[in-house]
Amino acid sequence: MADLESELLETAIKTARKLGASHCDANILRRRSEFIQTKNDRLLALNRDATSGIGIRVLVNGGWGFASTQHLNTQAVAKCARLAVEVAAASSKCLVKPVELVPEPVWNAIWVSPHLIDPEKIDLDSKLERLFTSAETILSVKGITLAQGMLHFLRDEKFFASSEGSCIEQISLRTGCLIEATAAADGDQQRRSYPQSFGQYELAGYEMVERWDLPGHAKQIAEEAVALLTAPECPAGQIDTIIGASQLALQIHESMGHPSELDRALGQEINFAGASFLKPDQLNVLQYGSPLVNLVADATAPGALGSFGFDDEGVQAQKTYLVKDGLFKGFLTSRDTAASIGLARSGGCLRAESWNFAPIIRMTNISLEPGPVGGSLYDLVADTQDGLLMETNKSWSIDSMRYNFQFSTEAAWEIKNGKLGRLLKNPSYSGITPDFWNTCDAIAGPSDYVNWGTPNCGKGQPMQTMWTGHGASPARFRKLTIGAARN
Amino acid sequence: MLSESKCEKIVDMAVDCVERLKLDKSSKSGKSKNVEVEVHISSTNAATSRFANNEMTQNQVQELDSISLRVLANGSQVRLSGQDLSKDGIESLVELAYKTATRLERDPNLLSLPKPDKVKLPRFKRYDEKTADMTADERARAVKKIIETVKKEEAVAAGIVSSLDSVTAMGNSRGIFQFHRQSEIECSITALYGSATGWAKAHATKASQIDVEKLARQAAEKARMGADPQDIAPGRYLTILEPAAVLDLLAFLWWDFAATSHLDELSSLRDKLGQKVFSEKLTVRDDVHYKLQAGAPFDGEGLARQMVSLVENGVFKTIVSGRRAAAQGDFPLTNHGLVEPDSFGEMPLNIVVEGGQTSLEEMTKSVVGQKEAILLTRVWYVREVDPAKKLLTGMTRDGTFVVKNGKISHAVKNLRFNISLFDLLNNIVMLGPECRTAGEEGFPAVVPPMMVKDFNFTEVTRF
Repeated sequence: MADLESELLETAIKTARKLGASHCDANILRRRSEFIQTKNDRLLALNRDATSGIGIRVLVNGGWGFASTQHLNTQAVAKCARLAVEVAAASSKCLVKPVELVPEPVWNAIWVSPHLIDPEKIDLDSKLERLFTSAETILSVKGITLAQGMLHFLRDEKFFASSEGSCIEQISLRTGCLIEATAAADGDQQRRSYPQSFGQYELAGYEMVERWDLPGHAKQIAEEAVALLTAPECPAGQIDTIIGASQLALQIHESMGHPSELDRALGQEINFAGASFLKPDQLNVLQYGSPLVNLVADATAPGALGSFGFDDEGVQAQKTYLVKDGLFKGFLTSRDTAASIGLARSGGCLRAESWNFAPIIRMTNISLEPGPVGGSLYDLVADTQDGLLMETNKSWSIDSMRYNFQFSTEAAWEIKNGKLGRLLKNPSYSGITPDFWNTCDAIAGPSDYVNWGTPNCGKGQPMQTMWTGHGASPARFRKLTIGAARN
Repeated sequence: MLSESKCEKIVDMAVDCVERLKLDKSSKSGKSKNVEVEVHISSTNAATSRFANNEMTQNQVQELDSISLRVLANGSQVRLSGQDLSKDGIESLVELAYKTATRLERDPNLLSLPKPDKVKLPRFKRYDEKTADMTADERARAVKKIIETVKKEEAVAAGIVSSLDSVTAMGNSRGIFQFHRQSEIECSITALYGSATGWAKAHATKASQIDVEKLARQAAEKARMGADPQDIAPGRYLTILEPAAVLDLLAFLWWDFAATSHLDELSSLRDKLGQKVFSEKLTVRDDVHYKLQAGAPFDGEGLARQMVSLVENGVFKTIVSGRRAAAQGDFPLTNHGLVEPDSFGEMPLNIVVEGGQTSLEEMTKSVVGQKEAILLTRVWYVREVDPAKKLLTGMTRDGTFVVKNGKISHAVKNLRFNISLFDLLNNIVMLGPECRTAGEEGFPAVVPPMMVKDFNFTEVTRF
């Protein structure tokens, strides 16, 4: 770790301890980002941002306090540590039970996210060329009214230290890309996005932009957007449905990721993000899904958006089962919440949006393991007599306990006698979380598995946005409720 | 916090840098270059105390001073942001922006920055030192009061007490300089009575405008009334929406008044200007001057936000615009532009939905005879299912009740709804007095409670 960062972290911890903090951890973040947005054949925005600072978290008499400063000098950091102690002391006057932390080994580590091409080394013209070529192709399709594109690059350098002696340095590169085609006519508007709505994000460098080949998919999404305008409405009813991998990723996010956050289950997020129908006494009891359903929290998955070396309280990245063979097995935890339900170690899920936010429990990569039999989407379709295939999220909503959900997707296709048929517009499905996962009877294999990235997960007060990942292959759900949105 | 004079100095430093760049470039090429700069400065001091299960769970203080500047050169523009407010930091930001902008292709639609307009902007009294300087101990005392109040009702408290001191300043190389300082307080409370929840929230520019004990009592009473929720069949119901529910549904309509949404053919109000699209009971304006409003009186380019009538007795009256969209689409300029460049373009940020005379209590009392209504405290996770038809879905939360015989009869399990805002706003039966309201989907606004017919509930959840 560089001398300056070491000195500042040491200042924070020494100051806090001297003033009575029983525990202190501090994160320095230096972040650079570039956001490029195109609209039709024009550059809409080229924004570059740099932010840096330190966040200091302390425990005083069992109460949490957090303060932050952008001024990375010893005087400002010492002042910030004093403020954190003052805030924690105020918290300690409103406690039922002092906070306890489960132990974590002391780490001295450097971690760098895997990447091949540093986006900062790529010429701006090359980046723009990729978006403009895509836009030109989209706009060449008759009926298109809007073509949009986006590239987003972030580089984080993080430095962590704790009063227990951990000292960790991490460098992470995150990259996102998106193209969208919109067609509007006769009071209707339809959109197709690629690689997924809001874009695909990965813990990777520019190589992911090349791999997803935006220009190569521009024509298809444009033609589908136009075709949707005149496509028949998706029928309503109880219908066997194959959910495409990127839509299933969001389904996992909302109906497995969030309910398994232990802070929600303990009621700590009930005022805004909500609580959870999952409770600690349901561990190893609740049949969450069919025996095919295996859901993992895996912060070690290479290239997945929710991966890291260590979380923001210095806990090493882990892979744990949340659901194994359909049975509910675990929560997403932090050091304090793990202690409150008697666990031996945190699952390493405590993260903050930036240096000036106190960390909270966040999803890592919450993923559905591929089906044991293998096979592809093609095989799933071939095995379905009468059903639907739904692709690419359009809207999402779930209740505050994470039971009732409703999703709509950009497109659907009917399946008849094992073959894909007509394109259908305005598809939506709804259900109750455990009922839904128990109807899962087929999951495509590793060949169709993708680590989808969700860059916009909101939680906390003040709201924090977080990067989460969700590995998924397409999967089939029997007798899914379709079309309640349009009743 | 950054003072007005400090902000002015920062703008001057950026402008000086641009002037030097113009001189340097013109001496090298022999031609005068047109380089402009717009500077936005933000300075915030925010503090949030969070509590749950009757104790403090998180307590944080966030301070941030930042600069964001837009440089226009060679017919292109670039926005760069950072935190270094020193002379060197600003100069390097301007120079990098200039260098990048000159490499970009010319944008034929790019407008030169505006000059100061003749309208003298008001200085709103939206700053209160006591609120801005609220200490951790003061927040903790408020939290304790809330917890004690909720406990008296045998319920459990969760929520936040937060304060904010913020400066928004901007200026440009053509002489505009604007400054706005505001304080804010927000308190939201969830009370749990068994598994039932009740919620109350308030947002104001002065702490003295919020009575945390009253909010705590409201949340606790709602929670107690919510005990033993019964099943109810989905369907279309006469429905009373409290102001927070109204706000969080209507929040999905505001961008449809923006010129960019019309230019991009994304507005559900496209081609409907001048038409009656909602109930004649609905009148909406955007008015930053309104006494219950908050926010700065200038838009993203520093121009005076105009008061506009958006809907008058159900008729769609005005498309709000900033300079860019106004020029592209030949819309009248209303100075509602966001900080450029922005894909949304413009937004009416100071919504006032005109209310009526019927209080929530009177609405409840009007449900008599064979009539039955649903009362909604709050809606949650609202999303657009069909943007063209403005079809929204979402859930009810923290207090959903059946009203009959002129009073609240019992709580029901939470419901999913799917409803078009056109249906909702054409089915208004009664409006209550408008009030400043804070929800969770949109920014705070001034809205009334509403009674509507045929609110479409499509599914029921399990709690």
